[in-house]
Amino acid sequence: MTALQIVFLIAAAFTLLSALLVVTRPNLVHASLWLIASLAGVAVLFVLLEAGFLAAVQVVIYIGAIAILIIFAVMLTRRVMSDSGPQVNRNWWGAALSALLIFGGLLGLFSQVPAVGSAFPAAIANADGLLEDLGRSLVDVNRYVLPFEVASVLLLAAMIGAIVIARPAAREEGEE
Amino acid sequence: MIPLSWFLILAAALFSIGLYGVLARRNAVAILMGIELMLNAVNLNLVAFWRYVAPGSIAGQAFAVMVFAVAASEAAVGLALILSIYRQRSTVAAEEINLLKW
Amino acid sequence: MTPELLTWLIPLPPILAFAVIVLLTHRSNRLSHTLAVGAMFVSWGLAMTVFWAAITTPELGQRPFASSIDWLPSGVEALRIGILIDPLSAITLFFVAWTCLAIFVYSIGYHNYGKPRDPADRAGLPPHKGGIEPMYARFFAFISLFAFGMLTLVISDNLLLLFIGWEIMGLCSYLLIGFWYGKDSAKKAMVKAFITTRVGDVFMLLGIAYLYSATGTLNYREILFNEEVLHSLAEAPSGVLGMSAAGLIGLLLFLGTVGKSAQWPLHVWLPDAMEGPTPVSAMIHAATMVSAGVYFAVRFFPLLTAGWAEGEPLTVTMRVVAFIGAFTALFAATIALAQRDIKRVLAYSTISQLGYMVAAVGIGAYVAAAFHLVTHAFFKALLFLGSGSVIHGMEHGLAASSTNAAQAMPGQEGPAGVHKAHAHVDAQDMFNMGGLRRKMPRTFVTFVIGGFALAGFPLLTAGFWSKDEILADAFGNGHLAVFLTLAAAALLTAFYTMRQITLTFLGEPRTEAARHAHESTATMTVPLLVLAVFSVAAGWVGIPESWTGGRVPNWFHSFVGGTLLEHPPAAPFHWAPLLTSVGVSLGGLLLGWLVYRRVAAGAPDPARKPLGFVYTVLERKYGFDEFYDWAFVRPAYWFAETFSYLWIDRGVIDGILHAVARTALRLGSIFRNYFDKPVVNGLMGDGTASVVKWAGRQLRAVQTGRVQQYLIAGLIVTGILLSYVLVVRP
Repeated sequence: MTALQIVFLIAAAFTLLSALLVVTRPNLVHASLWLIASLAGVAVLFVLLEAGFLAAVQVVIYIGAIAILIIFAVMLTRRVMSDSGPQVNRNWWGAALSALLIFGGLLGLFSQVPAVGSAFPAAIANADGLLEDLGRSLVDVNRYVLPFEVASVLLLAAMIGAIVIARPAAREEGEE
Repeated sequence: MIPLSWFLILAAALFSIGLYGVLARRNAVAILMGIELMLNAVNLNLVAFWRYVAPGSIAGQAFAVMVFAVAASEAAVGLALILSIYRQRSTVAAEEINLLKW
Repeated sequence: MTPELLTWLIPLPPILAFAVIVLLTHRSNRLSHTLAVGAMFVSWGLAMTVFWAAITTPELGQRPFASSIDWLPSGVEALRIGILIDPLSAITLFFVAWTCLAIFVYSIGYHNYGKPRDPADRAGLPPHKGGIEPMYARFFAFISLFAFGMLTLVISDNLLLLFIGWEIMGLCSYLLIGFWYGKDSAKKAMVKAFITTRVGDVFMLLGIAYLYSATGTLNYREILFNEEVLHSLAEAPSGVLGMSAAGLIGLLLFLGTVGKSAQWPLHVWLPDAMEGPTPVSAMIHAATMVSAGVYFAVRFFPLLTAGWAEGEPLTVTMRVVAFIGAFTALFAATIALAQRDIKRVLAYSTISQLGYMVAAVGIGAYVAAAFHLVTHAFFKALLFLGSGSVIHGMEHGLAASSTNAAQAMPGQEGPAGVHKAHAHVDAQDMFNMGGLRRKMPRTFVTFVIGGFALAGFPLLTAGFWSKDEILADAFGNGHLAVFLTLAAAALLTAFYTMRQITLTFLGEPRTEAARHAHESTATMTVPLLVLAVFSVAAGWVGIPESWTGGRVPNWFHSFVGGTLLEHPPAAPFHWAPLLTSVGVSLGGLLLGWLVYRRVAAGAPDPARKPLGFVYTVLERKYGFDEFYDWAFVRPAYWFAETFSYLWIDRGVIDGILHAVARTALRLGSIFRNYFDKPVVNGLMGDGTASVVKWAGRQLRAVQTGRVQQYLIAGLIVTGILLSYVLVVRP
C-alpha cells in the first residue's frame, strides 16, 4: 500500500463519514458543518487527482459560498424547525432502499467500464500548462467558449431569479 | 497507484448518501445539502474519469467547471425559493408543501 | 259513318257530360243542364240515325250491325267487347233515347230552373217553396251517368258489357233514390234498393259464370243465335233438380231480372224508391232501368226457352218465369188498389206491368213481351212525369194557400215557415187532390192518355195492342192459368188507374192546396205531350194481321221477330181474349169512376168498408216489408253489430291484439327490470363507473403532493426498468 493509497483511504473515509453525518444529524447547523467537512474531503480528493485548480475552486465556491449560503438559510428558517422532532419523513425506508438500489446499479454500471481496472493513470503530458490550457479552452472559439458563456448567463439568470423570488412581498402599491 | 474503481466506488457511495438525504430529510435545506453532496459526487466522477481515461483532453475539467457554476446557481435559486416559501407558509418541511395533493 | 261507328258513339256524350259537369261546371246550373240535355240530344240523334238504318235494313236479324274489339287478354284469345244492333236492341234503343231525352228536358222545369235559390233550402233536402234545387248540377251529372249505363247496356253484344251497364245503373239508382240525402226515408230507401237488387245480381253473376264455363263465351250471337250451343246446353244436365244446364243458367239469369225489375219476391225496393225526385222515378224506375231487366229476359229468351218448341209444354224454367210474372202482376195490382200516394200507385203499377212482360217471356210470347216493353216505357214514363207535374202543382198550391193562411194568422211563421203551418198536408196524397183538370189542363189530358194506355183502352192506346197480344198468346197456347191471372190483373189495373184519375183530376178540390194549384211550365208539359203521342201511336205498329185480314202487315212482329233464329209464329185469332181484354179494360175504368167520383174532402177511401180487413192487408202491402225486415234485415244487423263487431272484431281480433300488446309490454318490462337495469345499467354501466371510481380513488392516493415520495417512486421504477433492460435482457 503506497502512501497515496493511504491518503486516499483516509480522505475517502473522512468524506463518506461526513456525508453520512450530514444526512443523519437532526441539528441542521451540525449538518451544515459536516457538509463543509465533506466538501473539504472532496477537495483533497481533487488534489489526489492532480486537478489542483478544481480543488481550489471547490474550496472557494462550495465551502466559501454555497456552504455559507446554506448556513444563512438555516439561520433564517431556524425558528420554525426546531432541532427536536423527527428530521426524517415517513418514507425514509423507501429512500434508503432507493439509495441502495442506485448504489448497486451504479456499481454494476461502473463494472462495465473497460478502464475500470486500470491502476496507473497515465502521466499527464503537460502538467504545468494544465491551468493555462483550461483557461484557454474556456475562451477558445473552437472549444468551450459557448458553454462558458451559457454558464455565465445561467449565473446571471440565477442571480436575478433568486433576488426576485426572495424579495419580500410588495409593501405598498406603486412601488416598482 | 490508486485504481479508478476506488474513485468510482467512492463517487457512487457519495451519490447514494446524497440521494438518501434528498429523499429522507424533512427540512428543505437539508434536502439541498443532499443535493450538494450528489453534485460533488458527480464532479468527482467526472474528474476521475478525466484523469484516468483521457487526461490529454481538457474537457473533463471544463465540464467540472460548468458543474460548479450550475451547482452554485442552483443553490442560490433553491435557497431563495425556500426563503420565499418560508415567508408564505411559515414552514420549510417538504412534507407540508403539498398543494399538488389530490 | 257506318251504323257500327255511330253505335259506338251513342253512349259517349252522356259520360262526357257527366265528367265535365262533375269536374268543371258543377257551379253553373245553366251550363250543367245545357251540357246534359245537349249530350242526351246528341245521343238521341245518333240513336235515331242508327234506328233508321236498322229498320231500313232487310233481314237485320240475320245480318245485324256488329262490331267488336279485343278488350281483356285471356289466354290465347282475348275477351272481346262490342256492339250489336239487331231488331230487339234497335227497338229498345228507340224508346230509351226518346224517354231519356224527354225526361232530361222535363228535369229542367221540375227542379225549378229559373226560380231564385231559396236561402231556407239546404242541399240534401227538397226545396220548400219552389226555389231552384240546391244540388241542380249534381242531378244532371247523375242522370247523364245513368243514361250512359243504359245506352251501354242496350248496344252491348255480350253479357259482360251488359252487366257493366247493369251495375252502373244500379249505382245511379242508389245515388238518385238517395238524392235528397237529408231525408231519413230516402237514405233507407237507397240502401234497400241497392241491397235488394244485389240479391238478384249475385245469382245473375253465378249464371254468367256458369254460362261462361259451359260455353267459353259471353257473346250473344255465339250463344243465342247458335243452334248447336243452345242444343248442347239444353241437353247437358246441371245436376240441380234435374234441370238442364240451359235451364239452370236461365233460372239464375232470370233471378237478376227478378231483382232489377222488382218482381215478387224482390219487389220491396221499388215503392220505396219513390223517395227520389220524380224524373228519377220516371226514368229509372219506370221506363228504363226496370225495363232493362225485362230487356235482358227477352234477350235471353232463346236460352230460357232452350229445349222448348212452339206448342210443347213449358220447361221448368219457363214455368217458374211465367209463375213469377203472372203472380207478380196480380199481386202488385191488388196492392195498388189501396195506396194513397200518387207515385206509389204508379210504382206498384210498374211492378205489375213488368210482371206482364215476364209472364209473356215465360209462356214463350217473345214478340208480345218486347211489344209491351216498348209501349209500357212510353206511357209509364208519361204517367210518372205527369204525376210529377201534379205534385209540383200541389206544392205551389200549398205555398200559395199557406201565404194566405199566414196573412190571415200572422206570427205563426217558424224557421220552416210554410211547412210549419200545415206540414200534415201531403202534396202527394191523392185524397188531398181533386178537380185539378181545371187547374192543370195539359197535365190532365196527357195523364188521361197515359192512364188509358195503361188500362188498355181499346184501339186508341198503345197499351191495348200490347196487352191484348199477351192475353191472346196466353189463351191461344192454352196457358189458361196465366191467362186468367193476367186478365184479373188487367181488370184491377183499369180500376186503380181510373181511381187515380178520378181522385186526382175529376170532382172538386178537396184541400186549399188543390184549389190553388196551377199548371207547370213548358219544359215540363212539352215532354208530356211528346210521350202522349207515342202512348197513342206506338201501338199501331203492332196491329195483328188477323185483324186487318193481312192487309196491314204487322211491322213490329216481323221486325222484332227476326231477332230469333226462327221467326216466331203470330198468335191465331180468338174472340175470347179480345173480348176479355176489352171487357176488363172498359169495365175496370167504369167501375173506378163510379166508386171514386164522389169522394169528399177528408172522407175515407170508399173501398175500405166493403173490403174490410182485406183493404188493410192491401194497404200494408201484405206485410212483406215487415217480414223481410224480421227475417233478413234484423238478423243481418245482429250479425254485423253483435257477432262481427262486438264478438269477433272487438272481442277476438282486438283481444288478440291487446294480448299481444300486453305480452310485449310484459316482455319489455321483464327485459327492463331483469336484464336492462341490473345487467346493462348496473353491471356494465354503473358497475364500470363505480369500478373506475374506486380505482381512481385508490390510485389518487399516489398523488400526495410530496415531492420526495414522487422521487422515490420514480427512482424505484426506473431502477427496475433499467435493471431489466441492462441485466435481464441482454
